[in-house]
Amino acid sequence: MMSDQDINSQPIILAKEVHKWFDNFHVLKGINMEVMPGEVVVIFGPSGSGKSTFIRTLNRLEEHQKGSIVVDGIELSHDVRNIERVRSEIGMVFQQFNLFPHLTVMQNITLAPIWVRKWNKEKAEEVAMHLLDQVGIPEQAQKFPGQLSGGQQQRVAIARALAMQPKIMLFDEPTSALDPEMIKEVLDAMIILAKSGMTMLVVTHEMGFARAVAHRMYFFDDGTIVENGTPDQIFKNPQENRTKLFLSQILEH
Amino acid sequence: MATIPLDTAPPKAPTALEWIRKNLFNNWYNSLLTIAGVTLVYFALVSIITWAFTSANWRPITVAPLLYLVGQYPREELWRAGLSLLIISLLLGMSWGVWRNYVRLFAIFLGVLFAVLAVFPLDTPTITVPIRLVMAASAGMVFLGYRLGRIKTILGRYVATLWLVAMILIPLVILPGFSNSSVLPKVPTTVWGGLLITMILSVGGIVLSFPFGVLLALGRRSSLPVVKWFSIIFIEIVRGVPLVTILFMFSIILALFLPTEARIDRVVRALMGIVFFSAAYTAENVRGGLQAIPPGQEEAAKALGLKNFQITSLIVLPQALRLVIPTTVGQFISLFKDTTLVYIVGINDLLGIGNAILNLNPEFVRLQMEVYLFIAVIFWIFSYFMSYASLQLEKALGVGKR
Repeated sequence: MMSDQDINSQPIILAKEVHKWFDNFHVLKGINMEVMPGEVVVIFGPSGSGKSTFIRTLNRLEEHQKGSIVVDGIELSHDVRNIERVRSEIGMVFQQFNLFPHLTVMQNITLAPIWVRKWNKEKAEEVAMHLLDQVGIPEQAQKFPGQLSGGQQQRVAIARALAMQPKIMLFDEPTSALDPEMIKEVLDAMIILAKSGMTMLVVTHEMGFARAVAHRMYFFDDGTIVENGTPDQIFKNPQENRTKLFLSQILEH
Repeated sequence: MATIPLDTAPPKAPTALEWIRKNLFNNWYNSLLTIAGVTLVYFALVSIITWAFTSANWRPITVAPLLYLVGQYPREELWRAGLSLLIISLLLGMSWGVWRNYVRLFAIFLGVLFAVLAVFPLDTPTITVPIRLVMAASAGMVFLGYRLGRIKTILGRYVATLWLVAMILIPLVILPGFSNSSVLPKVPTTVWGGLLITMILSVGGIVLSFPFGVLLALGRRSSLPVVKWFSIIFIEIVRGVPLVTILFMFSIILALFLPTEARIDRVVRALMGIVFFSAAYTAENVRGGLQAIPPGQEEAAKALGLKNFQITSLIVLPQALRLVIPTTVGQFISLFKDTTLVYIVGINDLLGIGNAILNLNPEFVRLQMEVYLFIAVIFWIFSYFMSYASLQLEKALGVGKR
């Protein structure tokens, strides 16, 4: 679905020299990234390298202290209105699912469309059913999250984020908390989404997923981007020793 | 039809005899304990029952049952208390019909109690035929309300709204009346008393302090320094002071500082003290619940673009409040019992009326046991139903949602 016009248009995410500190700990040391509409970006690297923190700055779950981040033409600053606008354009999927346990699956998905997009209930539920169909669990609509398996919960979380019809989807280690046999069902849903032309930033160590759908990969270490390139370049011909070492560690087992 | 092989069938439940042998007589010292315990309970029960029906003198209660119910509320205006009782009975019945389990036991109990009171033999002229009729009608109202509540179109939120209207109408309009009205002449709160006052103080205290406490709990977590520090100072000061002190402050000091024309009614002053006190404790309970909600919940809600007040009211509070039901109900039960402290600022609540009757009549001097037992039973009944309802609520909210 990626047309020529998309490729030639402005980057939808533009991060320049992004710095962040947790107290005295320098987590992000000048991150630069451009993401084009429709691009699928995989971010990987050792834990503590700042990759999760970085994608969380994109919808301002974390504040950056230096540099600039422009999402879909809106610069992230202290302006609350802008932050809310950006957040409604960006969907996010978390490692721990973070579904609302007191609401049914249907209510989880329709909550934001009803309260933020101001859709009526019928429209929101129609869209929700369609999305549940897409992630393969339409029969679970009236259950509570606690009654679902981890894989099903994460697919509900994906549907919940998609219900806002976002332009960008962020995935923060979406399969790390899952039992091995459930990883595939979540990755399958993500692959379908990637092939539909959604702009995606995915923090993950699932290299099979990266190889299958990523347009570009970024290797983070120690708060910086060590290397980036297409999956081909990264897997076949990594330039930096740190990248080679890390890849060998996660691909070995 | 296939039969289940024996070794895959669940083990049979033990018979009563097996259960008794296994749990009460499984060795010599357990058998001894069982026998000793049963004997003790038997003799205690027998002596209490014989005392209650033979040597106990229930005159202090039967001589003036109306005093325990409404205090000195003028007898010619008693129909207003009766009307209030009828309204409450009807609403209780409707609640039973709509919410079922939570109020069923309480509603049936009160309905039966009213029916019994309507025909209970009392040789006192204060209990007139109209009063007995009102009692009988109240019993009828409970069951009429139940029938109404069972009608499909009557929903919980209508009943809740009606309760709210009744809670405003009864203590603010029906019972006090207006100074220049001929239908509802003014009845000053100085003559209110008994169960009426206990109910107004405890229901008012619970209903008003809960939202106040929730706001304080949220305020304590606020990022606005003024709100945050006001909440912290309020909570810590009020929690550091005994309820008695707060009641004294509100009933005496507040009266001294305010000009005479701005005098606040003394029952209202006591209620304010109770609300302040209870709100501070509720706030700390609710804060505990708020802290138990994982930060991921708030993050997910933020990431969806919800505004802060939406996150609080749709995501955080519903979960936090459910977690604190047991502690909050526990606190409300102790608040209910603590309302008896208003006796020391000269308000005749249920306990105050009991004491007044004991003190006024020399022939009742030795009958504290009967009076206090009677009052204790009333308090126990209400407290028990509160904890019963809370248990039902926890069960209903817990299923399948965690």
